[in-house]
Amino acid sequence: MTMLPDRQPGAKALGLVIDLDTCVGCHACVVNCKQWNTAGYGAPLSDTEPYGDDPSGAWLNRVHSFEVTPADAPAQIVHFPKSCLHCEDAPCVTVCPTGASYKRAEDGIVLVDEDMCIGCGLCAWACPYGAREIDPVEQVMKKCTLCVDRIYNDNIPEEDRVPACVKTCPAEARHFGDLADPTSDVSMLVAERGGMDLMPEQGTKPVNKYLPPRPKAISDMAPLPAIAEPKADGGVLGWLDRALDRL
Amino acid sequence: MHPAVSVIFFTVTSGAGFGLMFLMGLGWPMPESGVGIFMALALAGLLSVAGLLSSTFHLGHPERAWRAVSQWRSSWLSREGVLAIVTLLVFGVYAFLWFFFGVRSGAAGVLMSVFAAATVFATAMIYAQLKTVPMWQTWLTPACYLAFSLTLGLVLAGMLNGNGVVGGLPTALWASLSILLAWALKMSWWNRAGSVGFSTTGSSVGSATGLGAIGDVKLFERPHTGENYLTREMVHQIGRKHASKLRLIAVALGALVPVLLMLGAASGMVPTLFLALAALSLLTGLFAERWLFFAEAKHAVSLYY
Amino acid sequence: MNEHVRLDTSPHVSDEVRKTTCYMCACRCGINVHLRDDGTGTGKKKIRYIEGNNDHPVNRGVLCAKGSAGIMQHYSPARLRKPLKRVGERGEGKFEEIEWDEALGIATGWLGDVRKSDPKKLAFFTGRDQSQSFTGWWAQQFGTPNFAAHGGFCSVNMAAAGIYTFGGAFWEFGSPDWKHTELFMLFGVAEDHDSNPIKLGLAELKRRGKKTIAINPVRTGYNAVADEWVGITPGTDGLFVLALVHELLKAGKVDVDYLIRYTNAPWLVVHAPGTAEHGLFARDADQKPLVIDRRTGKASPYSAQGVKPDLRGEIQLEDGRVARPAFHLLTDKYLDEGYAADQVSERTGVSADQIRSIAAQLAEAAFEKEIVIDRPWTDMKGERHEKMIGRPVAMHAMRGISAHSNGFQTCRSIHLLQILLGSIDCPGGFRYKPPYPRPVHAQPAPHGGGEPGKPLAGPQLGFMRSPQGLLLEEDGVTPQRIDKAYSWDAPMSSHGLMHMVIANAHARDPYGVDVLFMYMANMSWNSSMNTAGVMKMLTDKDENGDYIIPKLIYSDAYSSEMVAFADLVLPDTTYLERHDAISLLDRPISEPEAVCDAIRWPVLEPDRDVRGFQSVLIDLGARLGLPGMTNEDGTAKFKDYADYIQNHQRKPGIGPLAGWRGEDGSKTGRGEPNADQLQAYIDNGGFSQTHVPEEALYYKFANKAWQDFAVDMGIQDGPVECVFQLYLEPMAQFRLCAQGLAEPKTPDTHKQRILDCFDPLPDWYAPFEGEGIETSEYPFHALTQRPAAMYHSWGSQNAWLRQIHGHNPMYVPGDICDAVGLKTGDWAWVTSHHGKIKVPVQRMDAVNGKTMWTWNAIGKRKGAWALSDGAPEAEKGFLLNHLIHELLPPKSDGMRWSNSDPITGQAAWFDLRVNIEKAEAGEAESLPQFPAQDGPVPDGADGPLRYGAGWLKEFMTR
Ligand SMILES: Nc1nc2c(c(=O)[nH]1)N[C@H]1C(S)=C(S)[C@@H](COP(=O)(O)OP(=O)(O)OC[C@H]3O[C@@H](n4cnc5c(=O)[nH]c(N)nc54)[C@H](O)[C@@H]3O)O[C@H]1N2
Ligand SMILES: Nc1nc2c(c(=O)[nH]1)N[C@H]1C(S)=C(S)[C@@H](COP(=O)(O)OP(=O)(O)OC[C@H]3O[C@@H](n4cnc5c(=O)[nH]c(N)nc54)[C@H](O)[C@@H]3O)O[C@H]1N2
Ligand code: SF4
Ligand code: SF4
Ligand code: SF4
Ligand code: SF4
Ligand code: SF4
Ligand SMILES: [Mo]
Repeated sequence: MTMLPDRQPGAKALGLVIDLDTCVGCHACVVNCKQWNTAGYGAPLSDTEPYGDDPSGAWLNRVHSFEVTPADAPAQIVHFPKSCLHCEDAPCVTVCPTGASYKRAEDGIVLVDEDMCIGCGLCAWACPYGAREIDPVEQVMKKCTLCVDRIYNDNIPEEDRVPACVKTCPAEARHFGDLADPTSDVSMLVAERGGMDLMPEQGTKPVNKYLPPRPKAISDMAPLPAIAEPKADGGVLGWLDRALDRL
Repeated sequence: MHPAVSVIFFTVTSGAGFGLMFLMGLGWPMPESGVGIFMALALAGLLSVAGLLSSTFHLGHPERAWRAVSQWRSSWLSREGVLAIVTLLVFGVYAFLWFFFGVRSGAAGVLMSVFAAATVFATAMIYAQLKTVPMWQTWLTPACYLAFSLTLGLVLAGMLNGNGVVGGLPTALWASLSILLAWALKMSWWNRAGSVGFSTTGSSVGSATGLGAIGDVKLFERPHTGENYLTREMVHQIGRKHASKLRLIAVALGALVPVLLMLGAASGMVPTLFLALAALSLLTGLFAERWLFFAEAKHAVSLYY
Repeated sequence: MNEHVRLDTSPHVSDEVRKTTCYMCACRCGINVHLRDDGTGTGKKKIRYIEGNNDHPVNRGVLCAKGSAGIMQHYSPARLRKPLKRVGERGEGKFEEIEWDEALGIATGWLGDVRKSDPKKLAFFTGRDQSQSFTGWWAQQFGTPNFAAHGGFCSVNMAAAGIYTFGGAFWEFGSPDWKHTELFMLFGVAEDHDSNPIKLGLAELKRRGKKTIAINPVRTGYNAVADEWVGITPGTDGLFVLALVHELLKAGKVDVDYLIRYTNAPWLVVHAPGTAEHGLFARDADQKPLVIDRRTGKASPYSAQGVKPDLRGEIQLEDGRVARPAFHLLTDKYLDEGYAADQVSERTGVSADQIRSIAAQLAEAAFEKEIVIDRPWTDMKGERHEKMIGRPVAMHAMRGISAHSNGFQTCRSIHLLQILLGSIDCPGGFRYKPPYPRPVHAQPAPHGGGEPGKPLAGPQLGFMRSPQGLLLEEDGVTPQRIDKAYSWDAPMSSHGLMHMVIANAHARDPYGVDVLFMYMANMSWNSSMNTAGVMKMLTDKDENGDYIIPKLIYSDAYSSEMVAFADLVLPDTTYLERHDAISLLDRPISEPEAVCDAIRWPVLEPDRDVRGFQSVLIDLGARLGLPGMTNEDGTAKFKDYADYIQNHQRKPGIGPLAGWRGEDGSKTGRGEPNADQLQAYIDNGGFSQTHVPEEALYYKFANKAWQDFAVDMGIQDGPVECVFQLYLEPMAQFRLCAQGLAEPKTPDTHKQRILDCFDPLPDWYAPFEGEGIETSEYPFHALTQRPAAMYHSWGSQNAWLRQIHGHNPMYVPGDICDAVGLKTGDWAWVTSHHGKIKVPVQRMDAVNGKTMWTWNAIGKRKGAWALSDGAPEAEKGFLLNHLIHELLPPKSDGMRWSNSDPITGQAAWFDLRVNIEKAEAGEAESLPQFPAQDGPVPDGADGPLRYGAGWLKEFMTR
């Protein structure tokens, strides 16, 4: 049903917190996501011309890289992973004509029921973030499932019941949790580090948050005071004497 | 946005069909002969149905299209489906009464007009609702869709009723006025489109990445070196030159030529022929207009690419 | 949402999990391979998912992009299927598939003849080998001196500089103390061999809020997340580091106690210019180096009880010679104003203020933020220390340092900096991974020679002690080895010079070879300099129409560029289909706090007629009757590699694997072979781990508890003293040879550069290529970086990874773009003294303004890797290698040196100097292009790939 669920008191808002200060842009989350999901939720994430001239495929998570040039410092690169942000006011859900696209009341995960999807693509048009892709073969809408088939999966060891991308991230730049609970680790991280929404002006109220890069300045610590005019003997060697005596 | 032929064809032709139904419903003069009535009904029915059918061609799963009527409470696409079906049902009743009993029922007519207009409006709202495409998100979008659909209806009506007179004016004249109105609206739509950028939402690469506060942000590397669904569907680029050429064609075939032809019609000789040609030219012009409607539209996702 | 209750949040994942070791790169992480019935009803198992092994010491559950794409590698259409015999011309890639018996017969014939006549006519080079302790041993039994793996073109400068200086090394021989460090400096690293550990470490520093300073011309990846960036000009790190040394010495911010106890800083260096002793250590009768004892003012052996060594001054020895402590020379050298921040600022492209600020940060971290751990330990002199004192400054460096012709000295300079700060193997510093520390005198010496039918006296590779050990013919000039390692060209080569083998064999200099036998190295493509030239050398024929390099045997697992040039191809399995040992006798996977080794095992059976290369070597060894591989009765000693892994003993009780030794598997390190050893590893998740005792965790170079533990573990046979060599005596010895004062005398051709480059104290000299060309002609630097999501050439066959890196642009600094009128999307000609390539351009500003770069090894030859001829890798992708020559531009005397470090012979990939200009608008195709090779395998299917479709029904949410 594509009306958005009304917030039940105590309902979770599960999502990711992505740390742009730590992400090294290694694509581990991207490929591990592909791997988990191509044989997981719904249709495989297919690839066209896999060994041909124009290899292309459906992915649920992609890492962009941006170059940011501050007014007063050298340009820097910020690696930028992006998957569905499981928005509170998800336009992709309300525009869906079939009810295939829906947001779960209990945990806020936005999903596509592929059996109901007609592949009209309107939800992808409605998403400002480019978080939805039609599978080139199955022709149904694919998107990040927040690994709904891992996080509640009794066939997986407790400790691994987190999204595949979160488990695999070698730089620990991805965090998973309940952002509705202000005491959760992720909520606290967001509070500490000033977690941001992407395109808040779109009014989608994303659940996923991004932690901004910490400021990178060329530090200007005061130079070390020389012991004495180094060349003049006494100088360093004199100091050395005293140092040796102290031992 | 990627201009999908099926969608272009759908919006234009169904617009024409519903435009004609709209006028029928209002009791606009129509042919009296059985053949003529049949022609009129067939044209209205075929255009709208053909349009609707073609719209299903761009679906990944047309066989599930029936599901699309279920979400009318939130989805304009769903609403459009529902309205189109209702309109066609009413049209069926109206056609039945008219064809077999020669009665043009006022009640059914009004109902048909209302629903036809609503359907076109819903179609337009599918686009106008999208915050992600500022060029579309304006009252001008439905206004243009409605005006063009009305215009198409009038030209077709004129063709059918041999440029019959309404309120002392020949249909061709009504059509010409409608063309002026429609293109006036479209001009201001283009006008706005030229400058709107992402100003409706204020989105930018800075807000899309949240990095704007640090400095000037530009893309360094795309996520993958090849194209993907998003770049093909939403980051579709079209050359400026290309666009302005198409605009000329749109205006020429969509406005100038039809108006001239309708003046020809006004001269009184074989108006039907003139109006038929006018209709053809107008359709072609609007295909170009509609192609640009998509091709020129910038989607928020392009901020990431 | 009751409409969607069909959603199954607890689907069945897999039928079985098999734990082994990843080989999508050399990091060797632990993986859980999930297998599942493939859904075809045949009962065949298929890989469902590969994830990191949570318990594994290397990756602790994480998995990188490459590792996560293992499925696509394992099922790659480029996999070889059967042994291949060349039918076309070399390079065409025309083969016929043959049976293993025929293949092994041919190989045995070729190799047998060589061994009988002249074993050195076999050049056996094993590229990206993770079983060098085995392949080297095999080559030793065969009797050829010509063995090495990829170290020489990779990062031998790091290994050599480290081992010579402190008995450990960067590379993956050690690691920063992520838990305690206060300040981390990362030099010239994009990805590293320690891929996942470094990322985990950086994450830990971020969590702890500790600072990382990245020194790198390019600001991507690790360098992008670093807190401070030093956009250094390539090849100048040595200057930068020695400027830091200058600042620290000037301010007296060095750990004098540490220097006295653990380094040769106090050792007396003879000052007798013009004599054969000049620059050597003053020693007593039993060869113990002398120091000045402050108590008596007299010379005394450094190790004498209670001696209080001085670090300065001058002394007249009994024999009248004058000597000064090494540290005295050191301070004289580095206090010179030539090393002052302002002096080096322009050359390095680093502002003097930033240099001084970093020096101050180092001093603050090391001395104000000193770490004290209450953990008593006893040093090797028997002195007990109540606490472990930490100087929490950690450093790591890799190819940005090593891949320059001054890499050895630059890497030594970094170690000097670490040691002056007292930060090696202390809490918060840089830590050894077992089996290190292992200083030169505890390492093998290199062995040459090679007599018909006899094994070699010892291992080919090792560490050169002194010029007397050089591997030269009687004339004292001609190298014994085909790659000229341990000759005057590369006297302290420690890993050989694989990048020179083909060139030298082609030039028959020092001699021609009969059989070139290679394994796992794409030498006709991305792992060679002057790629086009190498292809020619491999195909050139002599006057009678025979190939100049007569016979070429190659083992690969995939349809690579190199396969096309082989006469005989031995198809290997994928990493999931064979046994491997990641052994302590080799490049280990230990962590500073644990001794670790691991295995691979066939988690899937090959569906092709392929065999693990190591098993094939065992078989060949038996067929050739090589000692150690054959029983008295001439039968094979080992069934296969698995059998060797369990039963081979290097020394009694010491074998490839340290875990579960002894008949009952109860012993660790030392112990008799155990028939169930491999099973024990499998049951333990594919690895073994033995924790280092608390008392032995730090100061391993001088720690008694470590020594005892290491002996128990069989890591060493007795205590090994490890005094840090700030002053490196062998370098002084080579200088004496160059001055004609010592034997063997250096040939005139080499004298000058040995005098210039062999400073016993860490030194900086300008990279050679930059000196060889007109800087006005080639004003810019060009580099490559490892992409995190690609492994050299072998990632491009991977349907997932190639979508991420299908082609590579040249990233050109904004300044250069503006200067030559380039913008993103343009094509440009990039030229070097050697060649010209046409490449797509992308503008970039987060980079050193004189330096352009691209991703490494993305470009492919048409027809390789089972890719379509129109693949972007071949159409738009390119190799920088076409611009890099294995020889430097001719000198005035017409002499052409190899493009390598003069000390170790490390390939100087990053010395490259280039110019760039806009290319005329032609077709958008990178140049040069080469005729497509006929892959021995058909192109990959061009229909869509739907991995997992077999399971669709079960998984669909209905
Ligand atoms: N321009 C430039 N060139 C460089 C470098 C650079 O930085 N810049 N780096 C240099 C360095 S450090 C290195 S180490 C080299 C690396 O270059 P290479 O050593 O050539 O490494 P790869 O190309 O990854 O792989 C070599 C071959 O191993 C094969 N292979 C893969 N798996 C297996 C297997 O399981 N069994 C067998 N038998 N073969 C297998 C692959 O198919 C491939 O043909 O490149 C060097 N070249
Ligand atoms: N994903 C992935 N991982 C790999 C590999 C791979 O192909 N892919 N290859 C493996 C192999 S064989 C090796 S040898 C290791 C190498 O691992 P790295 O040492 O990371 O090798 P490179 O990618 O060559 O990175 C060299 C870095 O040094 C910088 N650099 C170049 N010149 C200078 C200089 O003069 N000074 C400084 N400070 N920096 C400089 C370059 O910008 C680049 O960032 O990676 C291993 N790991
Ligand atoms: S895995 Fe982690 S570090 Fe790597 S790209 Fe994804 S988020 Fe960034
Ligand atoms: S990110 Fe896009 S797809 Fe995901 S919920 Fe928000 S709008 Fe929908
Ligand atoms: S593509 Fe599928 S999910 Fe998206 S709007 Fe259309 S029907 Fe709904
Ligand atoms: S949560 Fe799961 S589906 Fe979503 S991006 Fe991460 S791995 Fe992919
Ligand atoms: S770093 Fe990645 S590719 Fe290398 S071994 Fe580890 S998981 Fe495998
Ligand atoms: Mo390497």
